[in-house]
Amino acid sequence: MITLTINGERREVPAAPDTPLLWVLRDDLGLTGTKFGCGVASCGACTVHLDGVPARSCQSFVGDLEGVEITTIEGAADAAAQAIRAAWAELEVPQCGYCQSGQIMSASALLAETPRPTDADIDAAMEGNLCRCASYARIRKAIHRAAEIMEG
Amino acid sequence: MLDRIIARAIPAAPLSRRGFLKLSAGAAGGLMLGAALPVSRAAAEAAADGLAMPFVHIRPDNSVVVIVKHLDKGQGAATGLATLVAEELDADAAQVTTEFAPANTALYANSLLGVQGTGGSTAMANSWQQYREAGATARAMLVAAAAETWGVDPAAVTVSGGMVRAEGHSASFGALAEAAARQDVPGEVTLKSPDQWVYIGKSFPRVDVQRKTEGGVGMFGMDMRMEGMVHAVSLRSPRFGGTLATLDDSAARAMAGVIDVIRLPDRATVIAETTWQAIQARDALVAEWDFAQAENRGTAELRAEFAALLDREGMPFHMAPASGEAAARVIEADYVFPYLAHAPMEPIDVTVLFDGERAVFWTGSQIQTLDQTIGAQVLGIPPEAVTINTLWGGGSFGRRAIYDSHYVAEAAMVARAWRDAHGEARPIKLVWTREDDIRGGYYRPMHMHRVRAGLDAEGRIAFWQHRVVGQGIMLGTAFEPFAVKNGVDSSSVEGLGESSPYEIPGWVVDVHHPRVGVPVLWWRSVGHTHTAYVVETMMDELAEAAGVDPVEFRLRYLTDPRARNVLELAADRAGAVPEGLTRGIAVHKSFGSYVAEVADVRMREDGTVKVERVTCAVDCGVPVNPSNIRAQIEGGLGYGLSAILREEITLTEGEVDQSNFYDYTPLLITDMPEVEVHIVPSTEAPTGIGEPGTPPIGPAVANAVRRATGQAVRELPFARHGLA
Ligand code: FES
Ligand code: FES
Repeated sequence: MITLTINGERREVPAAPDTPLLWVLRDDLGLTGTKFGCGVASCGACTVHLDGVPARSCQSFVGDLEGVEITTIEGAADAAAQAIRAAWAELEVPQCGYCQSGQIMSASALLAETPRPTDADIDAAMEGNLCRCASYARIRKAIHRAAEIMEG
Repeated sequence: MLDRIIARAIPAAPLSRRGFLKLSAGAAGGLMLGAALPVSRAAAEAAADGLAMPFVHIRPDNSVVVIVKHLDKGQGAATGLATLVAEELDADAAQVTTEFAPANTALYANSLLGVQGTGGSTAMANSWQQYREAGATARAMLVAAAAETWGVDPAAVTVSGGMVRAEGHSASFGALAEAAARQDVPGEVTLKSPDQWVYIGKSFPRVDVQRKTEGGVGMFGMDMRMEGMVHAVSLRSPRFGGTLATLDDSAARAMAGVIDVIRLPDRATVIAETTWQAIQARDALVAEWDFAQAENRGTAELRAEFAALLDREGMPFHMAPASGEAAARVIEADYVFPYLAHAPMEPIDVTVLFDGERAVFWTGSQIQTLDQTIGAQVLGIPPEAVTINTLWGGGSFGRRAIYDSHYVAEAAMVARAWRDAHGEARPIKLVWTREDDIRGGYYRPMHMHRVRAGLDAEGRIAFWQHRVVGQGIMLGTAFEPFAVKNGVDSSSVEGLGESSPYEIPGWVVDVHHPRVGVPVLWWRSVGHTHTAYVVETMMDELAEAAGVDPVEFRLRYLTDPRARNVLELAADRAGAVPEGLTRGIAVHKSFGSYVAEVADVRMREDGTVKVERVTCAVDCGVPVNPSNIRAQIEGGLGYGLSAILREEITLTEGEVDQSNFYDYTPLLITDMPEVEVHIVPSTEAPTGIGEPGTPPIGPAVANAVRRATGQAVRELPFARHGLA
């Protein structure tokens, strides 16, 4: 048994320590908002926050995560996440939507850290998040818009 | 393209071509479709559920549920169809939700495909009349219900913003839903005129946005969870067409969570308690393969064979008389287009539950009729015993519109074997990993083109000899008799000859279809992915050779006013070329829509290309949902740009060289240009929007790069030349 702290709740999971967090979230805990896209840290669909820092859950192993605050899309509710969601809806960012959990997790971590990101900040924070639907132009605009929303 | 093929594939479908024509003829006169079908009547009589008709349910809780017969894999079909219903129903956007239709060809056939399916960018085109009529019909029944309840003349009843009113009365849709369900279905309805539209051509909020910002929980097949569900991952032959010779599954079976290993003729499937356990155990299988019947050639061999065919006359496709004058100037060019993977962000998955007599599939089904028919065949049960639950697709780009339903068939084989071995029915979720997806075939087919074009002394095109070499998508499939004319598969040549917006003098096109064992499939905009590239880069080279402005030169050969208009509009709106950038332009017609794109590119110091800005003009008939049209043009050109920059599937001795996103690398946010989309106002019936944004971007960028560097890129992707 491994004890994880996910979205503020303690959860016991019967997984082997080398199991990727992604599959524990999805299969053991039913938190399917975190998506499987590649399994090898090459797409960003599985992005979660580990102690507030965006990380690829497909390459994070549960044995290393005891005592770490894990936040998934289901639990992302801070001011940055709320602003990102509002901007995403306003600009109708998602197409198929499958990458968007990861996009939102990366973008909200960026915004929490850098309230007024430049295009270069956005490039650096978002380059690992693929969107096969190429919703990128709207993602960029929506991050800038979310920054405005946060400022109020 | 897809529409024609599927329409002719009717023998495989339960509904005959004639039956389909009868239905649609009825539909044209009003909501005869709904009235004529017993299902709707029966449903309507269950008045407690409110007004339930094939395309719209109005429930007592005041929700309006639009039944979406198309797969929505991001292209916005659900929102588009909801817009049509809400418009004619005068609903409030906030009360409208959508559900996907069950597989039922009689009710939900794509009137342009003849089967229930989504493809060829037809979702809006074939639903335009049908869904507006459905909305108008439901509205008429609400009005009749209100008139009856209040004892007023129906003519005195008005509907707006989701409320029904008459002098001294008002009611929500929900309050009238039961009474509406008891009204007669009107034989004929009058649709609004364009000046009365409040949503169409203006805006209607995307029905799926909120859920998709909250994790999309429960929307996608990949996220299916059911009581007792087991997880399946398959090991398939590393070469296409190989079969399983020997299998040692002892290590896999000993692993934690592994329940079974199912051996099939050309694959082995691990069944485990979790996906991760299945993936790990799959990797522990030791298999030997029989490649006697497999495709054992690599890309180098295939390219050499294709190139040899470029020297030989092919099957004639298009013959236009040459102007007869000798050419003063001739340009010759060979083009190479690689295999491409669709790589939708959601890898393939399908969940199946089979109890020996009935089966249910959950998947992002794009041709429900085929998935139902083929699933039933494999399971040995009648199609009526198969339920297809369509879920949202995490991207498709053609990948889920699959002519052989191969992954539904795979799931069915596994389910059948499971039942034979275990007796009990358990839901099985079959998942393809990204490696399975990238290496799994069904690619955009590799093509080569050769063009030899001549200009006369006045700089006018004298002749254009054009040879195409590539696998026809339908060749070797059950669709061959329907899709192939005089030996030519139209999926290889669409966009050339008569289907091109150009009238080019002396255009002669012939075709070779070499047989290759790599499975191929339509990939967002299908043949237009390469035909538009060839035509639009050659046009540019000819314009330059003739010393004529590229827009001016194209206009000489464009007679279609809509094509001329988008070309001129895009060129005009792009304005002056920004400092330090170079410009390329392209125009193309596909899926009934016209798109011109102007690309402004910067050459980086390391020699790579950055597309900074793209200005688009699009004419897709009535622009039903402008925000979605913009999204699809942005996404469509992003998808096309992705392909030309770095995407390429290659093979060595029959094995695919790429395996995941680190070696098959799609567009990144840092590659994405700013996009400006200008939509041409139109009263023509709406045409495709999911695909037409893709074809022009490649040639527009290539033309800009040639202007900047002098290098004509004729072998894709750009990465082969250090340009990406
Ligand atoms: S699934 Fe983790 S980065 Fe792709
Ligand atoms: S919205 Fe489809 S992959 Fe990003």
